[in-house]
Amino acid sequence: MADPTMPHEEAAKPSRFDRAPTIEPGHTFASITDKISSIVLSRRTPFGWYVGFAISFAIVNVLLVSVGVLLLRGTGIWGINNRIAWGFAIINFVWWIGIGHAGTLISAILLLLKQEWRTSINRFAEAMTLFAVACAGIFPLLHVGRPYLAYWLVPYPNTMALWPQFRSPLVWDVFAVTTYATVSALFWFVGLIPDLATLRDRAKSRAFKMVYGILAMGWRGSASHWHRYETAYLLLAGLATPLVISVHTVVSFDFATSVIPGWHATFFPPYFVAGAIYAGFAMVLTLAIPLRKAFGVEDFITMRHLENMAKILLATGLIVGYAYIMEIFFAWYSGNPYEQYMIANRMQGPYRWFYWALIFCNIMTPQLLWFKRVRTSPVILFLVAMVVNVGMWLERFVIVITSLHRTYLPSSWGMYYPTMWDWGLFIGTIGLFLALIFLFVRFLPMISIFEMRTLLPEAEVHEEHQA
Amino acid sequence: MSMGNKRTHLDLAKFRGRLQKSGGREYWKSLEDLWEDPEFSALIGQEFPQQAMRSANGFDRRNFLKLMGASIALGGLAACSRPAGVIVPYVDKPEEIVPGRPLFFATAMAMGGFGSGVLVESHEGRPTKIEGNPDHPASLGATDAWGQASILSLYDPDRSQTVMRLGVISTWTEFQAALQPVLQRLRQQGGAGLRLLTETVTSPTLGAQIEAFLGNHPGAVWHQWEPDSLDNVREGSRLAFGTYTNTVYRFDQADVVVSLDSDFLSSGPGHVRYTRDFMTKRRVRSDRKEMNRLYAIHSTPSPTSSIADHRFAVRPSEVESIARELAAGLGLGASAAAGERAHWIGAIARDLQQHRGASIVIAGPEQPPAVHAIAHAINGALGNSGRTLIHTDSPEVGPVNQLASIRQLAADIDAGSVEALLIIGGNPVFTAPADLAFGERMNRVPFRVRLGDDYDETSLVSHWHLPQTHYLEMWSDVRAFDGTVSIVQPLIAPLYNGRSPHELMALLNDDANEPYEIVRSHWRRQAGAGFDQLWRESLHRGAIAGSPLPARALTAAMPPPPDSPAAASPALELVFRPDPTIRDGRFANNGWLQELPKPLTKITWDNPALLSPSTAAKLGLADGEMVRLHHRGVEIEIPVFRVPGHADDVVTLHYGNGRRRVGRVGEGTGFDVYPLRSSAAPWIDSGVRVEKLGRTHPIASTQLHQMLETSDYDRRSLVKSGTLAGYLKDPSLAPHHEEGAPVHHEQGIDEGPTLYPAWKYDGYAWAMAIDTNVCTGCNGCVIACQSENNIPIVGKEEVLNHREMHWLRIDHYYKGTPESPESFHQPLPCMHCENAPCEPVCPVEATSHSSEGLNEMTYNRCVGTRYCANNCPYKVRRFNFFDYSDYATESLKPMRNPDVTVRTRGVMEKCSYCVQRINQARRDSEREGRTIRDGEFTTACAAACPSEAIVFGDKNDPKSLVSRLRAEPAHYGLLVELNTQPRTTYLAALRNPNPEIEAE
Amino acid sequence: MQIFHRSTNALARFSIFGALFIIAFILWVIMMINRSPLVTRQGVVQAQPVPFSHEHHVRGLGIDCRYCHTSVESSAFAGIPPTSTCMNCHSQIWTNADMLEPVRASFRSGKPIVWTRIHNLPDFVRFDHSVHIHKGIGCASCHGEVDRMQLMYQAMPLTMEWCLSCHRAPEAHVRPRSKVFDMEWRSENRAEEGPRLVKEYNIRKKTDCSICHY
Repeated sequence: MADPTMPHEEAAKPSRFDRAPTIEPGHTFASITDKISSIVLSRRTPFGWYVGFAISFAIVNVLLVSVGVLLLRGTGIWGINNRIAWGFAIINFVWWIGIGHAGTLISAILLLLKQEWRTSINRFAEAMTLFAVACAGIFPLLHVGRPYLAYWLVPYPNTMALWPQFRSPLVWDVFAVTTYATVSALFWFVGLIPDLATLRDRAKSRAFKMVYGILAMGWRGSASHWHRYETAYLLLAGLATPLVISVHTVVSFDFATSVIPGWHATFFPPYFVAGAIYAGFAMVLTLAIPLRKAFGVEDFITMRHLENMAKILLATGLIVGYAYIMEIFFAWYSGNPYEQYMIANRMQGPYRWFYWALIFCNIMTPQLLWFKRVRTSPVILFLVAMVVNVGMWLERFVIVITSLHRTYLPSSWGMYYPTMWDWGLFIGTIGLFLALIFLFVRFLPMISIFEMRTLLPEAEVHEEHQA
Repeated sequence: MSMGNKRTHLDLAKFRGRLQKSGGREYWKSLEDLWEDPEFSALIGQEFPQQAMRSANGFDRRNFLKLMGASIALGGLAACSRPAGVIVPYVDKPEEIVPGRPLFFATAMAMGGFGSGVLVESHEGRPTKIEGNPDHPASLGATDAWGQASILSLYDPDRSQTVMRLGVISTWTEFQAALQPVLQRLRQQGGAGLRLLTETVTSPTLGAQIEAFLGNHPGAVWHQWEPDSLDNVREGSRLAFGTYTNTVYRFDQADVVVSLDSDFLSSGPGHVRYTRDFMTKRRVRSDRKEMNRLYAIHSTPSPTSSIADHRFAVRPSEVESIARELAAGLGLGASAAAGERAHWIGAIARDLQQHRGASIVIAGPEQPPAVHAIAHAINGALGNSGRTLIHTDSPEVGPVNQLASIRQLAADIDAGSVEALLIIGGNPVFTAPADLAFGERMNRVPFRVRLGDDYDETSLVSHWHLPQTHYLEMWSDVRAFDGTVSIVQPLIAPLYNGRSPHELMALLNDDANEPYEIVRSHWRRQAGAGFDQLWRESLHRGAIAGSPLPARALTAAMPPPPDSPAAASPALELVFRPDPTIRDGRFANNGWLQELPKPLTKITWDNPALLSPSTAAKLGLADGEMVRLHHRGVEIEIPVFRVPGHADDVVTLHYGNGRRRVGRVGEGTGFDVYPLRSSAAPWIDSGVRVEKLGRTHPIASTQLHQMLETSDYDRRSLVKSGTLAGYLKDPSLAPHHEEGAPVHHEQGIDEGPTLYPAWKYDGYAWAMAIDTNVCTGCNGCVIACQSENNIPIVGKEEVLNHREMHWLRIDHYYKGTPESPESFHQPLPCMHCENAPCEPVCPVEATSHSSEGLNEMTYNRCVGTRYCANNCPYKVRRFNFFDYSDYATESLKPMRNPDVTVRTRGVMEKCSYCVQRINQARRDSEREGRTIRDGEFTTACAAACPSEAIVFGDKNDPKSLVSRLRAEPAHYGLLVELNTQPRTTYLAALRNPNPEIEAE
Repeated sequence: MQIFHRSTNALARFSIFGALFIIAFILWVIMMINRSPLVTRQGVVQAQPVPFSHEHHVRGLGIDCRYCHTSVESSAFAGIPPTSTCMNCHSQIWTNADMLEPVRASFRSGKPIVWTRIHNLPDFVRFDHSVHIHKGIGCASCHGEVDRMQLMYQAMPLTMEWCLSCHRAPEAHVRPRSKVFDMEWRSENRAEEGPRLVKEYNIRKKTDCSICHY
């Protein structure tokens, strides 16, 4: 097994970067490969992994129970009612979809922008995206009254001679989310192929060889392979880029196209996209910081990564803040009593705690990131990211619930109180998400081996010596 | 759990002040709407976390299933599966039945003994829906909530089904065997010791049977008791005229009406007819610009007082002196008005003077006889008798003072002179005055028989419980408020083993006749030659022509003033009233009525003690807070609820709830207040002590879940209202809001800004116009809708969770001060918007727009995203969160309307404008090669409405009533600024205040 | 060393490529099944307590549809003849045919004959015979040539798309009212007659959901 710190002639070379390096000095192709692949293949699985996985798997069972009861008894087990017809299901859907944004953004857009620093984080960011989208996907299905008929949202020739209602944002959602899921999955898998091949070659047991072998799809690393790979990857990146924008735009239409004060706003698409990236990067940080520690890959996921992500967090956070201010401005400027009451109710109504908590989490806290000291302290960064995760969930709660619970006719005002099943489903998906992450870091290279190697100086020259 | 139960008390002075500032043009629905206080919002703040996690699903499953069982409509046709295909024809088809087409039969329903004509829709022999009978004077085609709901009582699975002997199932034969020896023995002594106890009886046949029985048993005595008894009315008439007389009012002749604590529009004999008549004088149109004036002197707000032009909330004990002062103002008696009320009493008196012969003074049954006598005297003095009201003999058979009657019975039981007690109908053990302890007394009677609908409290202490037939199962007859006789004919053979009172009496009279023959023979004797003709016609029309009792010329004597004028005591006063929905408890097991929001409070499934906001503040009580009422050595626990416009220092108790034994729906709902009701003072009493318990009880009100700043209400301008004077100045009543506030858009209802050419409706274009000026919020339409459209009930916990299913709700808004607010009722069905926000958001086109402008809801296509409900600005959509529809209870299946699909779990539903009726009418007209005539059919709600407030029709037909109403200047649409272009629109509510009183 | 045999390459290529077709095929099969008699019951003869032959009664004896289905012109429900209707004739003829024993039994006992339902629409679908008859839609249009059916079966798929095919283009199916109960009738010139009758009978293309679902 290779020791990451083993001496090497290249180690002396100064980094190509004037700023903090995206990979700590002292690495060789071999050392990188060893280090990353060893996490999967040879190194003993840390005890913490078992604990973590056990816990998250336990939570997955909460999800299963909640879903079972839901299908058995109906959506009535939730807190929703005739006046607030959407609750946790939609909140969580939007939240997860939002989180699912960072991955593709990092891999696609930053790739196109030639941001090398993305390399060491894109792999698990993409994984995170997939898992988040999976969690998100659960909700639209389950939240309908008759899930066994949900396929009616898909256009297909049927004996009823009926199509879906193409004017409905929910139908757009179906397309947007499925496309997004497919492309991200492809993107992730294609990126994995060379590494799978590496694992195949280094795996000891035949079983692993077989599995990785099948997944590697006969990758031999020949020049033609690399050539095709590059093209495919670039194409997918190009495909994925617009999706990053489109998905959350479409999700925001669920609200923007309605007539409900607090939903009916033209600036929702950019607001939601910014929010999504905000949430996504917060989640990447939340995962990256513990992971790099746990698996000792600080030298791959360096301070530079954390700081860059912190900057993006700050930027998107400011955009979101701007959106909140615009919301208030619109209400005032429109002179529309319903809009104005909606804002007043958010700030003073029964759910005002949620609103102010949201302001604290999404607007105040990120301001810390102006300070380099904060940006470069993993612990504080982690805490900030956590707060933002919560804040983004609160944002969706405020948008969905406080807008619905007091609409036009005071005679139809109500309150929404989530039940244990609402919570069960929400927490359950978090468990699912974590469980998947745990499996991922255990069985797949969480950092792209070959891409890391391209970060090495010699990558420039010795490309053809590879494989 | 409802926001209701955690409210703090109001600083009245504070928001009264605020109201003056804001000029009092605000509408508010709950007192908190006037609340702009940080403490209050803080309160809600702490409330939320406590609520943040509620257990599994807001209700206990057992109850829920019980409800399912009891009263959720229509399911046989499981909405989305193919049932095993069999088809079963008749063996020999009855001539008149055309399979698939309903028949209508005329019969009559009795409430408190007085009949009201109904037409019953029958599908292949199954009665499914009650409609009013246009040919019957007490109905004129309209029905009240109880008439509509009676169909559910017929199919109530908990109705008593068999003869029970000491709680053990028995048979009629065994009963007869047991009865005979007792009768034999008592006949030896001429019937002495034999007692009959009935409710109010107006049925000529039953009367004849009873008289015959008493004839054969001179020793026997007939007692009567009914908790909503008209004793005060009777005694009042005797006080005034010397004999029991009946008064029939003609509100269509009266321009000024003074109600002395009377709720004549929503309860009492003939209230449906009275509403219809009253509204003919109230309806304001561009071609009829005058309007009657109603003064309501009341203690508890009622539908009647809610639409009054002047409301004076007074302690019930004060009403008599007010009546005397009013009389004095008209030259009767010498108790001149004094104090601050002199002003308005004087004004009323003058107004009455100016409308001699065109006014009515009417007293409520809760008021003592003297008040009624005074009212008679005043009417006499004003020359109203014979013009706006007539006096007739009582339609009752043997009218008595029922309180005295049951007192007598109790006394005789003590004296041991009662050997056999036969109770026909009623539930005295539950309803008799508490101090008579009727249950225990009854136990001392050696032979106790009881004929009743339910196996209830009275049955428990009877030797024999005999199941009684529902009125739709029996032959009988009944008199209406004006004496009109209707033959009651059965729509269906008794579902259970029940028998009618006539059969029981026949048994006692050794009359072997069939019930059909019993009624026939009675009328054969009455009518003689013309009998066959009379019989046929009365069955056809539902009323016997010429049977109304003749008017009698009577002059009323002013009752002498009381020797000791009632000194106004500071003590709290009690008012007893029948529950606004389940009455004296007889409808306790009727889920529709239990879940029906009470007219003003919108409370379901409960009967909290009502009191005024200031009284509540004084006692430190908030809505839903439990109190213990100490009164006459008895105490009960009950939650309280604040009602704006309620008289101060008065507690209103609604009796009829808290049944101990009735069925799965009625048991354990609400609180029994009968224990406080004594024979000494069954209606009005004073000296109750209120003890705060510091507990709260969740109160499921469908319309008190919100607080809001008054200014905002003002700007929302949901209700359009004004005074008659204002209307005459500017018929559009366009409100003059301060800047930035939206005004009502009369225009914009039919056309609004759009990029696309408006859709042209070449065929019909259905629309509904609701005249809020004549709506009393009586709820007839709500139950009619529930019955027509197989709408399930959901139970209290689900109502608390805002999951009630009513397709048609009646929003209620207050305007003015909490002491004497104006009320506005706004029935809210689906608006069937031209640009319906719900339509484009449904991903599967389960809700769509029809070529006739209906906003259709296609249940079988609905997947249940609930997006439509979110996007509906009017919140009229209802979702089946659970399997609310009952597919299990057999007895309910025949009740269901076969023309309306039952909705399964996970499906959205809403008002369809009764599309099944539209389609039927269209097909019929097309078969006959014509178009649908205006008024040929109408929706269930419009058909039921006693005040004809709801009008439905084709707005493409300029001559149709609905298009004429839409052309009215006072016509407006709700939230039209959203450019939804609703098809359901409203006419403004007007008040006609007396300028003299307005002035101060 | 090699884990996989060379052939796996081909296998891999095929599976990637074939996947598309396999999925497409499965979808196609499902579609076909949904339209097959398996689901629609089209053309499926079902056992009846009495083997009543429409062919014999309608074609053979020339009994009019309305003799038994009395309410077809006046009600949504065409009406299934009461036992008494059968006995009108069968009290005279075939009085002791074993085949008819269930009919006689029903008449004696007053217990109705329980027929197997052939045309069984879901309960959320409302169909009114009378108005279709009035608008000139022949029995045969939906029930097929009943006069050639010995045992009754469902001649048409009765799927929603099938209903709509006529509701969207009534001119292709409408016939003169006089010919509604005629089993053989064929239009000489649809092109002219169809549109004319649609106009004459004031047939509007009723495709609102609430026409059939409410």
